[in-house]
Amino acid sequence: MGYSEQKLQEEKVFKDPVHRYVHVRDQVIWDLIGTKEFQRLRRIKQLGTTFLTFHGAEHSRFNHSLGVYEIIRRIVDDVFDDRPKWSEEDRLLALCAGLLHDLGHGPFSHSFEKVFDLDHEHYTQATILGETEVNAVLRRVEQDFPKKVAEVIAKTSDKKIVISLISSQIDADRMDYLQRDAYFTGVSYGHFDMERILRVMRPHEDQVVIKQTGMHAVEDYIMSRYQMYWQVYFHPVTRSAEVILTKILHRAKELYENGYSFRQEPTHFISLFENTLTLEDYLKLDEAVILYYFQMWEAEEDEILRDLCRRFVNRNLFKYVEFDPAKEYKKLAELSVLFEKAGLAPDYYLVVDSSSDLPYDFYRPGEEEERLPIHLLMKNGEIRELSRESEIVDAISGKRRTDHKLYYPEDFLMDDSTKKTIKKQIRTLLDI
Amino acid sequence: MLKDHAKLMYALQVSGEITGRKKLQKMIYIAKKVAFPFQERFQFHFYGPYSEELTLRVEELCNMGFLEEIKEKKGGYYQYRYSLTESGQEFLSLNEVNMPHLEDCLIDMNGQSARFLELVSTILYFDNLEKEEVTEKVFTLKKKQNYTPDEIEQAYQYVHHLQTKAKPQ
Repeated sequence: MGYSEQKLQEEKVFKDPVHRYVHVRDQVIWDLIGTKEFQRLRRIKQLGTTFLTFHGAEHSRFNHSLGVYEIIRRIVDDVFDDRPKWSEEDRLLALCAGLLHDLGHGPFSHSFEKVFDLDHEHYTQATILGETEVNAVLRRVEQDFPKKVAEVIAKTSDKKIVISLISSQIDADRMDYLQRDAYFTGVSYGHFDMERILRVMRPHEDQVVIKQTGMHAVEDYIMSRYQMYWQVYFHPVTRSAEVILTKILHRAKELYENGYSFRQEPTHFISLFENTLTLEDYLKLDEAVILYYFQMWEAEEDEILRDLCRRFVNRNLFKYVEFDPAKEYKKLAELSVLFEKAGLAPDYYLVVDSSSDLPYDFYRPGEEEERLPIHLLMKNGEIRELSRESEIVDAISGKRRTDHKLYYPEDFLMDDSTKKTIKKQIRTLLDI
Repeated sequence: MLKDHAKLMYALQVSGEITGRKKLQKMIYIAKKVAFPFQERFQFHFYGPYSEELTLRVEELCNMGFLEEIKEKKGGYYQYRYSLTESGQEFLSLNEVNMPHLEDCLIDMNGQSARFLELVSTILYFDNLEKEEVTEKVFTLKKKQNYTPDEIEQAYQYVHHLQTKAKPQ
């Protein structure tokens, strides 16, 4: 029996609060979970800075990756098994791609990627294809198996059905994170009948479609996605923490480039600052490492870096007001001048954050050949886009809602012991 | 402030008008790959490189009244036309964007079909692969588009042509 078919002597199970149990029978999956690159995901939180808003949100990308694997396992073993249009030889490919789809995520990856122009997708590919333990396990299956897995994750494989299980408008990734994030944040949104959705999924030509009878379960899923977006992912306090984190990274980079002498040398950051980051450097980064630096930098001589780190570590975040860029961009320019006069560097202390800065989205129906929408399989065999059949989905997906907020350090602006008149002018402009 | 929004507005200003969301997506992707510092991140989707961030940013600009979006029925689907509004022009006049040669490149791309730009963007997405492998990718991933070897060759030449335009000697 080849390695790809080897089963464990006894099934292993991981207790999981969302799916009750995650079941592993395949030796390959068990070996992948044991690699150091996969174990690293334990040290990266799934929701980044959200724990500063919802204190329960400490779950990791490790939990989520196991969850995505488990959902795919249930689909391929319980629902797709023996169905026409599904090929059993793609089973292991789908399981590995599901398990490894987030392998390249770094610490607080959203902010890191923005500041240092990185892309976690690139590092997922590099980790799977490079000289790593994950690559060694996958190569034991077949010499070009790492490439096949990487292509499914990058969505450049010709196995379109496998891709759509992991990455589409209704996929294992989203179904896991919506439920997991709802569970750990403690919100009452984000729940839907996943068992039902899995039962009505069907492989159809190039994609997975949903039997028409399952439409109401999918409506529930779309509602969850919509509510989680506004209630959790887009929470203004989380965005404030994200703004400060981004500014810390910018400041540290700026100081390094200007030859500033750090009390705590930014050893782990140097290759990032110098744009010479190797895969090995990248895999050494995790949230414990980053938080260590932030804590040490609370004692730096540079006032801005010191202040921003204190704010992040001690959760003294920026406050915000609603901001309408179209009507208020001139006011923003005025504020920027006043901040400068008040001794507050506007590049660090006056920040507009927009909804497009967020890595989450909500469902949008058939756009002219941009992304594949959710398709229903009608009784007569016809395929129909979801929002054409569901009034609920049509109502929430057609509406555009965008949002912008202006962040600032309220405590500084309220402290009238210096620059009293200017600060008063700022407060009037901000209407606080 | 709003620098990334301003770059997109500038792209629309110099292009005049862009018809089709797909065309807009591909033009910005190609411009980014060729030389210009657009921040939006792209992933490979069913129809080639696509950026959710770009879609959202364009929506924001429409909501702000800086971009105009006209929805037109065309055959069995809707098509969208984008252009900069007067208030968008005013915003740009106060928030200068400096991207020399972008105008030449975008005007050139705007004169091409969305189908051809889809091919060009796919080739650029796989620029780490050998030409033979890229051709293979185009034939398997873009089966429905039925691109010919001639078109693929033209796409390669077009990339070279744009690179020269973006960075003239």
